[in-house]
Amino acid sequence: MNQSRSWRARGLAAAGVSAALLLAACGGGGPGGEQGPTTQAGASGFNAGSTSVVNPSDKKGGTLKFANEGDWDTLDTSETYYAYSWNFARLYGRSLMMFKSAPGKEGNQLVPDLAEGPGEASSDAKTWTYKLRQGVKFDDGTEVTSADVKYAILRSTDKQTFPNGPAYWEGLLDLPSGYKGPYKTPNMNTDSAIETPDKYTIVFHTKAPFAAFDYLAQQPNTMPVPKDKDTGAKYRNTIVSNGPYKFEDLQPGKSFNLVRNDQWDPATDPNRKALPDRIEVTLNVNPDDIDNRLISGDLDVAVTALGVQPAAQSRVLQDPTLKENADNPLSARNWYTSINPTVAPLNNIECRKAIMYAMDHTGYQTAYGGQFAGGDLATTILPPNIPGYTAFDLYPSGPDHKGDLEAAKKSLEACGQPNGFETNISYRAERPKEKATAEAFQQALSRVGIKLTLKPYPQGDYFSSYAGNPPYVVKNKLGLALNGWAADWPDGFGFLSQIVDSRVIRPAGGSSNTSVRIPEVDQMLDTALTELDTDKRNQMWGEIDKRVMEEAVIYPGVYSKALLVRSKNATNIFVTDAYGEYDYLGLGAQK
Amino acid sequence: MFAYIVRRLLWAVLLLIVLSMVTFSIFYLIPRLAGATPETLAARYVGRAATPETVHLTAERLGLLDPVPVQYWNWIKGVFTGAEYDYGSGVETCPAPCFGYSFITRQAVWPELLDRAPVTISLVVGASLIWLVAGVTVGVISALRRGTVFDRSAMGVALAGVSLPIFFTGLVALAFFSYRLGITAPGGQFVPFSENPALWAYSLLLPWITLSFLFAAQYARLTRAGMLETMSEDYIRTARAKGLAERKVILQHALRGALTPVVTIFGLDVGLLLGGAVLTEKTFSLNGLGKYGYDAIVTGDLPKILGVTLVAGFFVILANLIVDLLYGVIDPRVRLE
Amino acid sequence: MTTSTLRDMVTRHHGQPDQQPFLEVVDLRVHFPTDDGLVKSVDGLSFALDRGRTLGIVGESGSGKSVTSLAIMGLHTRPASEQTRPGAQLSGEIYLEGDELLGKTPEYVRGLRGKRMAMIFQDPLSAMNPYYTVGHQIIEAYRIHNPVNKKVARKHAIDLLGRVGIPEPGSRVDAYPHQFSGGMRQRAMIAMALSCDPDLLIADEPTTALDVTVQAQILDLIRDLQSEFNSAVVLITHDLGVVAELADDVLVMYAGRAMEYGSADQLFNRPAHPYTWGLLGSMPRFDRPREERLLAIKGTPPSLINVPSGCPFHPRCSYAARNHGRSEEVRPELDPVEPGHLVACHLTQIEREAIWEHEIAPKL
Repeated sequence: MNQSRSWRARGLAAAGVSAALLLAACGGGGPGGEQGPTTQAGASGFNAGSTSVVNPSDKKGGTLKFANEGDWDTLDTSETYYAYSWNFARLYGRSLMMFKSAPGKEGNQLVPDLAEGPGEASSDAKTWTYKLRQGVKFDDGTEVTSADVKYAILRSTDKQTFPNGPAYWEGLLDLPSGYKGPYKTPNMNTDSAIETPDKYTIVFHTKAPFAAFDYLAQQPNTMPVPKDKDTGAKYRNTIVSNGPYKFEDLQPGKSFNLVRNDQWDPATDPNRKALPDRIEVTLNVNPDDIDNRLISGDLDVAVTALGVQPAAQSRVLQDPTLKENADNPLSARNWYTSINPTVAPLNNIECRKAIMYAMDHTGYQTAYGGQFAGGDLATTILPPNIPGYTAFDLYPSGPDHKGDLEAAKKSLEACGQPNGFETNISYRAERPKEKATAEAFQQALSRVGIKLTLKPYPQGDYFSSYAGNPPYVVKNKLGLALNGWAADWPDGFGFLSQIVDSRVIRPAGGSSNTSVRIPEVDQMLDTALTELDTDKRNQMWGEIDKRVMEEAVIYPGVYSKALLVRSKNATNIFVTDAYGEYDYLGLGAQK
Repeated sequence: MFAYIVRRLLWAVLLLIVLSMVTFSIFYLIPRLAGATPETLAARYVGRAATPETVHLTAERLGLLDPVPVQYWNWIKGVFTGAEYDYGSGVETCPAPCFGYSFITRQAVWPELLDRAPVTISLVVGASLIWLVAGVTVGVISALRRGTVFDRSAMGVALAGVSLPIFFTGLVALAFFSYRLGITAPGGQFVPFSENPALWAYSLLLPWITLSFLFAAQYARLTRAGMLETMSEDYIRTARAKGLAERKVILQHALRGALTPVVTIFGLDVGLLLGGAVLTEKTFSLNGLGKYGYDAIVTGDLPKILGVTLVAGFFVILANLIVDLLYGVIDPRVRLE
Repeated sequence: MTTSTLRDMVTRHHGQPDQQPFLEVVDLRVHFPTDDGLVKSVDGLSFALDRGRTLGIVGESGSGKSVTSLAIMGLHTRPASEQTRPGAQLSGEIYLEGDELLGKTPEYVRGLRGKRMAMIFQDPLSAMNPYYTVGHQIIEAYRIHNPVNKKVARKHAIDLLGRVGIPEPGSRVDAYPHQFSGGMRQRAMIAMALSCDPDLLIADEPTTALDVTVQAQILDLIRDLQSEFNSAVVLITHDLGVVAELADDVLVMYAGRAMEYGSADQLFNRPAHPYTWGLLGSMPRFDRPREERLLAIKGTPPSLINVPSGCPFHPRCSYAARNHGRSEEVRPELDPVEPGHLVACHLTQIEREAIWEHEIAPKL
């Protein structure tokens, strides 16, 4: 649409264009994916929101309506652990760093939020200092100080009170031994981990070098919590906000509203526009009802961004008007299958390669819901929206992506199993997509004589007792294990550390990494964490990706995508690669 | 009669206690017997990044480390005398009856049950009156016009009503009447009666009609069958032989006989539904007991499951008691002398 | 047999010339169309009855006795609520004190029911509504035809209950049907039927469901009430003992038709139809030696759809052969054998008397 608009819109368009070029350069979208149209102000059409701003506007006011098909895991920023919640929390909380509220790849950039600038690192990358902005206030008028940030982080380490949150701080900070959080061990001196030399300075000490510290600093658990208003597990119902919005009428399990926080000073906050006056969130709404309401315009955002239900999917994809108003962003998630070298004959790399060649890649995609609801064909471990992603395909699966049977047979001969072999494939019983994928494997591999037996397991302890339990894997010959991973944030460390580092594999089980045991990779990971130059570091993630793929211990399936429907009422609709969802901070409302 | 009621009420209390024990066993004991440890049980209630230590701490916090009888004893003691809850930065008292705290949302269960109950009660009371009146009326007319177009189409619609699942009819109704036409309230818009009776009825209109559609169909068929049966009774012939007008024969003699099974089943149906009209509540996003219970089961939130089970059991037991008492009123042949 | 002949007979018998009988049924036919065919429950029935007299209608099950009484009461005309399938087809004439009923509207006949003609049924437990008290049902019956308030009606009900011999009627009026014994219940039903002082009472097997001792009481009651109200009573039964006890005249029905019609005295002492002989012979009697077998009527009751041609009784009649085929072909008319005594049979009277004297009577 060629509309002549204000200079602001053109500036946004320019940003959008550069983002699109960046995206194209990195080969974003992956093989078989669909690209949105080129970007301009007020872009429209299918998937325009993934790379540019739809309905740009600076109009303040109006109400946005959000719905969640379940309950929030928690609104308490010290504990929440879902991408949509981290996206949303920026409305009522400010962390040290944050992901920029911008479309596409630009959303992956870290910008200082509560802090004045990025963290200052010591040369050994073990000490990090942040300076806080001044004049940031809680909604009760008190000023935010570094002590509040320290308190928020410390309370998040009390895993008995807050069992659901991420555990990076406990692992990395140099906390005194026996520290159990501020409720149980209130008098322990924690300066070895976090120091607050003055009201606006906070210093972190880690046990090992961690060059990507700014990513840790964007977690919502760095959003400050005032100690005198803290009520432990009950705080989730009485949160003190320091963002542009504060809570109103919070009914647990039912609904809550965000209204303007009059103590928020825009002068201290260059990152937020805070356009709507009001945001109403309803919980536990029937998911099909959510879809119907989105389509009819009664609802603005399905906050969990998991995509529309199958019933609405076919509607949206087949109706041209509806499809124009939908987006199909990549989330930073890879559905893959582990190939375990601890199970014979997969200890031989050629046997593993045979599987890499023989599998029908499109079958994987179909099992997960096809091109739009499932995802794009994956050939690397890192999805395209993670910085450091490089496109490569070590095991081409033929022009139709249904497998290269010739290459597979050759590999079988090379590993001494010319007629194939037998092994088991495990999956989570409650997930029909995993079952369908396992069946696809079964079918595809049988073409070269590899016979698979399906082994379903309950998802609750899939990793602790079965597919992630090394002795169990060997004993029950689980050669293949359905798997998947999404990073906590779009960064190589966040994506790779839990799935390719051999040191996270525990004999007692429980880790998502079931198959990667490469000492060279472990070293590469450590080295990367000492590299303070972001670009160089990102490049190293890409190299790790390739090195792991060379071992043929992971079969990447699809880069996950979701089908999202745009709101009729909202403005500034765009997807941020930071979360693979609509950026909730940028949205405005027409009415 | 008074002694009878007292006796039944005491039985009811005993029954509820047994119900709590059985439910407790199912969710707390049987997994143990199947080989689960407190840690594997607690693994459901921790996040993605849980270390074994976190799991252990959670098992400790939720009381899963205690033997099952001890857990039960703590729970039942809480129901009668209240309990204390450690929320991390402090401890609060949970007054009797204390049904514990949700494993997942950390909210006290009893206040939530009290909060959800009026929604279910509103839904069920309204729908039940509609389906009773509609169903019986259609059933009577169908019986009297047996074989006509009215009868055949009414029974056909009844068959559809019984067969179509409510999560289908409900969603379609919402999509059409609420979103496309905008004449009924969208899902999840419950307004308490005390707040605004008119809006209360408006917000429940579509759920009432959808839920009662299902039951009205059953009651129409039931009434029709009952009417056909009573219409062939001898006392109908006697009533006509007295010269009674046909309308009175139908309404005062035939219907009276046909209603006996209808009323008893009505009482039981209402009692059961009060425990939670799960599908209707899920479809219309109504925060009632049914949805509460369903969500609790799906997430494995044991205190909530216990709470809902007992409330539902209470309603069923109460309904049975009322029906038993009413039976003597309805059918004089069964009266306790 | 014409109307006037029948009427003459009845009148002559009772000595009141040219006066119309209180109840007169002329050539009544009641046919029911069913999927299997046309069921001819009543097929050309005629009789007459005066006030103060009791007519006993006797026959097997399926002979058409009850259907006849329902036809008189107008209870075959389906109410509008049930007119979805074809109902009974009635033809003929029914006169109640000169008023022809089959040609009247259902509303008109309904107005007569309970008021001028009432009926009591075989099983009082199923014939009364179990959900209402006896008093309620009697009050209801009374208030249909008498616009009085409930208090007055209740008093009337208590009176009636007392009249029919129920003790403590003041408290029994609030009892439910199941709380009465069989005999008391039947009395209550009689009270209900008589609440509006009807001129015609039809009693359909009133004692069949009762103990023998109670039977006698009920029959006495009916007789007393009849003389008190001077009502005409039609007593339907298959029990000849009851007939002997109570009836002035007797009509023997078979396959929807009258076989024999006369006074009780005539029928018991000079029965003229082979079917009647069979009925009399099959009555167990105490004053006969037990070793002798009962005289059963051979064969089975006829189909009412395919009624046997000619005389309907001919397949079971031991004497049909004597008529050289007439019994199979020609339907016998009701002919007089003596004043007031009619019989439908092809045998000659001489033959009949001979058979009666020599073969039947000695065995009874």
